[in-house]
Amino acid sequence: MSYLSNVLFAIVLIIGFGYFYSNVKKIIRNINLGVAVNRKDNAKARWRNMAMIALGQSKMVKRPVAGILHIIVYVGFVIINIELLEIIIDGLFGTHRIFAPLGVVYDFLIGSFEVLAFLVLFAVTVFLIRRNIVKLRRFIHADLKGWPKSDANYILYFEITLMTLFLLMNATDFHLQNVPGGFSHFIKAGSFPISQFIAPVFNRMSNELVMLLNEGFWWLHIVGILIFMNYLYFSKHLHILLAFPNTYFANLNPQGQFDNLASVTAEVKLMMDPNADPFAAAPVSENEAPSKFGASDVQDLNWVQLLNAYTCTECGRCTSSCPANQTGKKLSPRKIMMDTRDRLEEVGKNIDANKGVFVPDNKSLLNDYITPEELWACTSCNACVEECPVNISPLSIIMDMRRYLVMEQSAAPMPINAMMTNIENNGAPWQYSQQDRLNWKNEI
Amino acid sequence: MSENLIVPTMAEMLAQGKQPEVLFWVGCAGSFDDRAKKITKAFVRILNRANVSFAVLGTEESCTGDPAKRAGNEFLFQMQAMMNIEVLNAYEAKKIVTACPHCFNTLKNEYPELGGHYEVVHHTEFLKSLLDSGRLTIEGGQFKGKRITFHDPCYLGRANNVYEAPRDLIQKLDVELLEMKRSKANGLCCGAGGAQMFKDAEPGNKEINVERTEDALETKPDIIAAGCPFCNTMLTDGVKNKEREGDVKVMDIAELIANAQDL
Repeated sequence: MSYLSNVLFAIVLIIGFGYFYSNVKKIIRNINLGVAVNRKDNAKARWRNMAMIALGQSKMVKRPVAGILHIIVYVGFVIINIELLEIIIDGLFGTHRIFAPLGVVYDFLIGSFEVLAFLVLFAVTVFLIRRNIVKLRRFIHADLKGWPKSDANYILYFEITLMTLFLLMNATDFHLQNVPGGFSHFIKAGSFPISQFIAPVFNRMSNELVMLLNEGFWWLHIVGILIFMNYLYFSKHLHILLAFPNTYFANLNPQGQFDNLASVTAEVKLMMDPNADPFAAAPVSENEAPSKFGASDVQDLNWVQLLNAYTCTECGRCTSSCPANQTGKKLSPRKIMMDTRDRLEEVGKNIDANKGVFVPDNKSLLNDYITPEELWACTSCNACVEECPVNISPLSIIMDMRRYLVMEQSAAPMPINAMMTNIENNGAPWQYSQQDRLNWKNEI
Repeated sequence: MSENLIVPTMAEMLAQGKQPEVLFWVGCAGSFDDRAKKITKAFVRILNRANVSFAVLGTEESCTGDPAKRAGNEFLFQMQAMMNIEVLNAYEAKKIVTACPHCFNTLKNEYPELGGHYEVVHHTEFLKSLLDSGRLTIEGGQFKGKRITFHDPCYLGRANNVYEAPRDLIQKLDVELLEMKRSKANGLCCGAGGAQMFKDAEPGNKEINVERTEDALETKPDIIAAGCPFCNTMLTDGVKNKEREGDVKVMDIAELIANAQDL
């Protein structure tokens, strides 16, 4: 009978981690739908980026208020998870505060968890106020209607609940530790700088009731954490995991350097080769699918771009710094990332429903999610890339989709076509003869 | 009246068996745009004054392909790039200087993979090196005490992390250098990049160049300094839009230096 709760706990853990594992596998599968791109070079610079940007939050503090509050929640999250280890061991083996023999170290740990839990409560409250009362422009933006808006709030409510449960759990424990003569298995251990002030609430209750509450808080806390962990997959909160690989695999080249499409290089070299036979058929490889120039759907993007989409936190710093968006154009870099993730999820579900194969659904990222109007509004200024706290590049997706519009569909705006014709004919975007290039020398 | 600019071409240099210290890549705007031609000439005047051995490609130069690439036409870009690389490699070009951040970025970052390996510098970096090595000296002259703000071109700043060279040059003029609320890595685009220069803007409630000009005017400048022919055009239009062309000038850094020296 006494093992019942241990077995129940083990089952809850297995369900929680099992479901999480199956969703992680799905994310990896979906990201691998993307085109290959080598991001394994220069490991030293990549580790440094990850340490500075994901672990060190260096880009978060560019906006100090949000940055510092975020660091509190982040540190709180990481450190309080050490407590999770104790909870899991206690749960599986029926022990109570298994790490208590660590003595002073344990006091310090529990004390710092409590302080952090309190700070997290404070930070999250400010976040809720910023989102729902102060209504910062980037949080009430048209991109964030419906699910993305409620998702952000749910995460904050969740954190409030978890931190409150943690403090209540400690408060009941503290209360029972101080029952004269001792009570059940509640040994004196830990320090409770915050929850000691909550403990008096339980003064008039019977010890048995407080113990029941303690167990209730304990269970709710751990089950809450497992639910929260599994909520990640459906939420922008996935960034707490993916920020790390995302900063590691981010582009290391100068921001202005766009990739040169290798497939185009091969064709251009052939075109410019005086010895090439113009009538020769292109070499055909049997196993190769005909490649597209540029991207019209998520499978045409590379896997780093898809990882970017899953990592996006929808914070909107990109959109709030985008010159096109600031001047009222439709383009929103954040929406580009959200659309990419939504479409990728749709493609993933299609694959799940069709036994591992994607069945064309007459939809695509281009047009059904992202319109050419948005794409053509981009000045390629890299403000969005610079702003992103986790090194996402909405610009690279915009550029790949423009490439598709121009090279596959010849669907550039008229003046752009005129510009390109001029370059082709005159070697300049304007209609001047190349022979006149040096005329300025003799003009007044 | 011709100004007696000495502008040798690479072909002339080769005929004399000479290799210039640096190849000046003029760019399409610098060659054809009336406003940008003034920047080109100002830069040449400085090169002449500092006795820099340079040459241009002249009629052998062609668009780097930047606007085609940013518009999505990778074919056209690579055609342009490979043709230019053939010409540059034939002249064994080693070092290239250009007054256009778009040419600068493309030549520097996108040509190497296609076979074009050169040391590429922006004219502000080059001018800075002339000053540092004592080949050029400037004093404030007519700009002494003026309020000057510098607009960071995206393809010079964020794209390639060149922030200090233009500022150092401005400060050499004995002026008051003012920073806009959005500057350096946080700078706002002038609105011309990504081939936007060649088309109308998408529907919105404001033009980007007007938004940026407002940033600049907030610093109450006498002069808005730029380091890019496209930014120059966009900001000049912005100043006109605000009807401030009477008291605020938009000038390239090369022009500031050439004018300070009465070149």
